[in-house]
Amino acid sequence: MSTGTFAPRPGAAPIGRMIAAQAALETRMLLRNGEQLLLTVVIPSLLLVLFSTVDVVDTGAGEPVDFLAPGVLALAVMSTAFTGQAIATGFERRYGVLKRLGASPLPRWALMCAKTLSVLVTEVLQVALLALIAFGLGWSPQGGPLPVVLLLVAGTAAFSGLGLLMAGTLRAEATLAAANLVFLLLLVGGGVIVPLDRFPGAAASVLSLLPIAALSEGLRDVLQHGAGVPWGDLGVLAVWAVLGLGAAARLFRWE
Amino acid sequence: MSNEPAVRVRGLVARYGDKTAVDGLDLDVPAGSVTAVLGPNGAGKTTVIETCEGYRRPDAGTVRVLGMDPVADAARLRPRVGVMLQSGGVYPGARAGEMLAHTARLHAHPLDVDFLVELLGLGSCGRTPYRRLSGGQQQRLSLAMAVVGRPELVFLDEPTAGLDPQARRATWELVRRLRADGVTTVLTTHFMDEAEQLADRVAIVDAGRVIAGGTVQELCRGGAEDSLRFTGRPGLDLGSLLKALPDGTAASEPVPGTYRVSGDVGPELLATVASWCAQNGVMPDGIAVERHTLEDVFLELTGRELRG
Repeated sequence: MSTGTFAPRPGAAPIGRMIAAQAALETRMLLRNGEQLLLTVVIPSLLLVLFSTVDVVDTGAGEPVDFLAPGVLALAVMSTAFTGQAIATGFERRYGVLKRLGASPLPRWALMCAKTLSVLVTEVLQVALLALIAFGLGWSPQGGPLPVVLLLVAGTAAFSGLGLLMAGTLRAEATLAAANLVFLLLLVGGGVIVPLDRFPGAAASVLSLLPIAALSEGLRDVLQHGAGVPWGDLGVLAVWAVLGLGAAARLFRWE
Repeated sequence: MSNEPAVRVRGLVARYGDKTAVDGLDLDVPAGSVTAVLGPNGAGKTTVIETCEGYRRPDAGTVRVLGMDPVADAARLRPRVGVMLQSGGVYPGARAGEMLAHTARLHAHPLDVDFLVELLGLGSCGRTPYRRLSGGQQQRLSLAMAVVGRPELVFLDEPTAGLDPQARRATWELVRRLRADGVTTVLTTHFMDEAEQLADRVAIVDAGRVIAGGTVQELCRGGAEDSLRFTGRPGLDLGSLLKALPDGTAASEPVPGTYRVSGDVGPELLATVASWCAQNGVMPDGIAVERHTLEDVFLELTGRELRG
């Protein structure tokens, strides 16, 4: 090429195009990562199939899948918005990806929009896949779509805040370990596959304040029992979202 | 506009805790120039660059980049400034072409991605994820990402560290083309030949200050004299040589049969020495001009001891 190829012609791309490009890249990175897929797709699917077909846990009256599907949907949201996002963002921070993006025309708020979009796209894919499996197992969901969408969005906000708080304050290796540990603990103690009423009364009331419990119990009220908008559970998720996102906004370190 | 420096730093102070990394540093980068910041490890080079990039607030002093404050005016500056970090900056699972294409998408009028891939030899990276690319491939990708948005000004932090000679030359060629097309470049380096090859101006930084600055010629002129060296039969009469040479020239025979003439080394001096050799029936084998290099200047200024 002739002289002039590199002649300056700076300019940021339109903001919508930048966010779309960033969200597409982040989603590709997530879908390409084997460990992330294990967490977001394989584990929830296996739990759904295993506990629906093998009588390990007493899920109360009715089809086991009607109890399990809402819990596994809640788990899917947690795996993507919390565990996956915390680990990915922690390593992006560690490898200077966030630092380098900070020098690009993409504003930080737009980066966070793109991350949220990427999480939502992944969740849509997860929900579609898990619903398909659940229907195959004889799932008959009740209730309307609006309360479900409200719960999923509030749950995503709550888990994203906590995941970003962890990623932005701990070392990447610590985030990796802690995010997986929390995932495991909340899987067992958050009403996902083990009903909360199996725990002693005092423990159950504390556990029900966890975001995973609010999300899985709220989804269960709607999808299993046909309830309207579960305001109590939505309120719990909203408080977690405000606390988590607020703390992340104050404490997140980009380098 | 063209008289205004692209980067102007005055009295910059940067501290990490109670350690002062940059201690009252001044730097001017003329628009359209290539400026090399040289210095030993820990001299404060990266801190200066990162302050200009808006990553750090100065603890004291002022920094103006394209006439703006790199922190307060960051949103307006970012599209106009290209950045190559010393390391990292890419998703570990991303492919080289994919990451470069993505960076291009964040800009309004980017360079052609395939052209840059070809120019920097990144085509061979194929589908290999970033974390498994060689250090040289990672460096070249990072360089490509710094220029793909067609910036007015680029900061390159050790752009050729860890590169093989071919890749170093490809990087130099790119910097020369940036300069030819009017892009201002600020680079840090440990390599004296790199500064000599590329830089219009050099700033030697040590202990957080610029201890010498100017063109390579200006810096080299300041120190020891150039000299002319040749070999011949031992014991030649240097007195008769000195009579033929202008005042202020010295001649010596440091090792029997090896002669050194120092002073204002130019074509006249060379001709005088050659004709004196002819008169004395001496063939001046291995005649060579020894220039005072930037490395000599650098070592004189920063000392020869290893830094801890």
